[in-house]
Amino acid sequence: MRGLTISTRVLLGVLLIMLAAALAAPLISPHDPLRQSLLLRLKPPGSADALGIFLLGTDDLGRDLFSRILYGARASFAVATLSVVVSLAVGVTLGLVAGWVRGIAAAIIMRLVDTMLSIPAILLAVLTVAVIGPSFTSLVMVLGLTRWPRYTRVAYASTLQVAAMPFVQASEMAGASTARILARHVLPNIAGPLMVVATSEFGLMILFEAGLSFLGLGIQPPAPSWGSIMSAGRQYVERAWWLTVFPGIGLFTLVLCVNLLGDALRDRLDPRSAGR
Amino acid sequence: MASDPVTTKPVLEIRDLALAIGGARVVDGVSCAVAPGEVLALVGESGCGKSLTALAAMRLLPRAATLAGGEVLLDGENLVALPEQRMRALRGRRITMIFQEPLAALDPLSSVGTQVAEATGLSGAAARGAVLAMLAEVGISDPARRIRQYPFELSGGMAQRVMIATALISRPAVLIADEPTTALDVTIQAQILDLLRRLAADRGTAIMLITHDMGVVADIADRVTVMYAGRIAETGPTVELFAEPRHPYTALLLAALPRLSDAPKAPLAVIRGQVPLPQAFSAACRFADRCPLADERCRAEQPPLREVGKGRLSACWHAERVR
Amino acid sequence: MRHVASRLLQAVIATFGVITIVFFVMRLSGDPTLLLVPEGATAAQIAELRHQLGFDRPLVVQYLAYLSDLLRGDLGQSLVQRLPVSLILGSRLPYTLELAAGALAVALIIGIPAGIAMAVWRGGVVERILAAIVVAGQSLPTFWSGILLILFFGVTLRWLPTSGADSPASLIMPSLALGALAMSTFARMTRISVLDELSRDYVNAARARGLSMGATVARHVLRNAAIPVITVTALEIGNLLAGAVIVETVFAWPGIGQLAMQSIQARDFLIVQAIVLFVSVTYIALNLIADLAYTAIDPRIRSDA
Repeated sequence: MRGLTISTRVLLGVLLIMLAAALAAPLISPHDPLRQSLLLRLKPPGSADALGIFLLGTDDLGRDLFSRILYGARASFAVATLSVVVSLAVGVTLGLVAGWVRGIAAAIIMRLVDTMLSIPAILLAVLTVAVIGPSFTSLVMVLGLTRWPRYTRVAYASTLQVAAMPFVQASEMAGASTARILARHVLPNIAGPLMVVATSEFGLMILFEAGLSFLGLGIQPPAPSWGSIMSAGRQYVERAWWLTVFPGIGLFTLVLCVNLLGDALRDRLDPRSAGR
Repeated sequence: MASDPVTTKPVLEIRDLALAIGGARVVDGVSCAVAPGEVLALVGESGCGKSLTALAAMRLLPRAATLAGGEVLLDGENLVALPEQRMRALRGRRITMIFQEPLAALDPLSSVGTQVAEATGLSGAAARGAVLAMLAEVGISDPARRIRQYPFELSGGMAQRVMIATALISRPAVLIADEPTTALDVTIQAQILDLLRRLAADRGTAIMLITHDMGVVADIADRVTVMYAGRIAETGPTVELFAEPRHPYTALLLAALPRLSDAPKAPLAVIRGQVPLPQAFSAACRFADRCPLADERCRAEQPPLREVGKGRLSACWHAERVR
Repeated sequence: MRHVASRLLQAVIATFGVITIVFFVMRLSGDPTLLLVPEGATAAQIAELRHQLGFDRPLVVQYLAYLSDLLRGDLGQSLVQRLPVSLILGSRLPYTLELAAGALAVALIIGIPAGIAMAVWRGGVVERILAAIVVAGQSLPTFWSGILLILFFGVTLRWLPTSGADSPASLIMPSLALGALAMSTFARMTRISVLDELSRDYVNAARARGLSMGATVARHVLRNAAIPVITVTALEIGNLLAGAVIVETVFAWPGIGQLAMQSIQARDFLIVQAIVLFVSVTYIALNLIADLAYTAIDPRIRSDA
């Protein structure tokens, strides 16, 4: 933690608070996020009834917005983390393979990378989810399997570089296994740039999940997701501004934190591109 | 040979210039002067602050460097105190500069003619006429064709001639040349240096030549100022300085020059050690660590720049004992 | 010329790749007939439809037929609307193009000057304020900024229409919402590019000739800095087309984005497939154009070609 500027610490703090709130949602949530009440539809923030205060108001089915936002945070973190893990795993593996084996395999893999980067991600996600049916799992799989090319590029370039070094060839002759060489020499080198990519991807995945849920292709109701809450909010924008403003603030704050931290991380790990 | 520097009034005079980067003074107490028609060489290893000194005179210091003291007098006018608008009127007209990499110093997307014309402040036919004349004067053949060309179509030597044309077209009083031949072939080097010397003599322009190459100094400089680690080591007329250096650093620089008279396969003379970093500057003489003559006094106290002969200054406690 | 040829080849390979990927995605759930079949069809009807659409043929044959159809420009017939897909697509496309143009205008007009300002006045208050706005623009979810705009200008102030494409004024908010992210990208790219150029020797040399900083930037730096920005423009247009899906949904804008969502609702997957293909191929084409535009602007490359 030494050497972190105050602003970086603040950002990390905010992020950790949000993560903690998301993880602790079942414990700190004032109401059941799924409990509907026709009498309590579209109540403004601060309204109360026998069950307690609705801090941020209620939605179109009388559910407490604050509770749903907390649980929605869980969904965002979960989807983003898992999809980043999936794409990291797939992407780095393909990159290592392409860089080590080279030849036809590498050519195919890198052509695939180029092609996938030519399809705007959101469209591919929309099409795929529409075809296989929306669910938490399909969301994670789709996001994970469309974003891997970015990691592959990093892993490929680095593997190529390391593979050409004399000490690697010497290790090979001495009998070290491929896996060992890759683990000991390539992975430490790419860890830094990969982290930078992963951080920016994390922020992007949160936006994607929200966007897809907004379109109805993400987390399915009644399970709460910031995107689906705001979709309903769009419908009632004239009567219930809180349905779009509060989840949006949460989403914006989270993504902003992640993006700024990602920038700070990049400045640290790769000073040459600092300021970008 | 130029006139006696001691009696001719200098057109450019740098007095006690100090520049800082971060907290450290990377240029300290630098003073030198050039008279009209004279060539002064500012020589030293890379990192000694000679380029920064030149940029300071042009008021083109990079963001990181700040002026910590001193004056730069052009015809008596102190450049460092001028408002930017006045300085801009002088730049390119009274005081100009050419750079080390001529091809990098030209906008790749602008034609040669456009860029040379910018130094005249003229436009249209008047500009074209002036540019054509100047290009011819710096030895560029077929100037009418060259005017329309782009920098990438020029060779290094040709590009440097264009830069010289740009610098001299408005008949400035001073031309600062920062390593003008370092990036060029040896054969072209000689031509460019010849050109500079001839144009200076013809037009009475004072040239401050920045270089790390003592061979270049011997070629065209009338007087030399040797810099080391941001301070002046020694200064004086070229011939005398070469014959009898009065600073151990100068002596070592001269000894390091390979000569035809050296025995074949003799090892190159090297000055052992490295230039100290600004953070390591202390009250001691900055050359003490690498100096064969260094003693207690040198390690304790910085020697001041003092007169050690007619027109000769040296910053060394042991100036008289050198060589 | 070699450069042009190799880029063209790359684009062609990418196009084939996209077409193939979409082919397989459509078959991910197993039998594509099930995607296209109306609700409540009997097994017999499904079997007949499968035969009619050719989904009972071997995969390779299907792929080749699909390829040849696409190359002839035949995008198929919508089973839901009983019209050629290309017709449906064509009727809605102009709206999306209009939106994309509006968003691009917003992004360029705000983003590029902001980037230049951030580079030239580096380290000052101006840079910090603009940098904050740029980061905010990148972190704003498009649909949220869209809804906020509606809330503010449409509901509260009642200055602008909250949905639809009836009047010229209705283009303003969607363009702002869609353009916000692109604006940040342009600002960042321009800033880097200008900073890069400012560090080059010719800037000092120009000032040494007597040019002011402003004149140097205007006459020399901007043109050099424009080159990378042009590549980004092409990429961003592709992103704008993709982002239109969300913005059109928020503003009920009748372009191909809204068409895609409506088609998903209506289970009209041939249209969705066509939209994905169209946008992807456009994206590839734009990249190619950007690359080739380099040649036009940079005289250095021009003389080799």
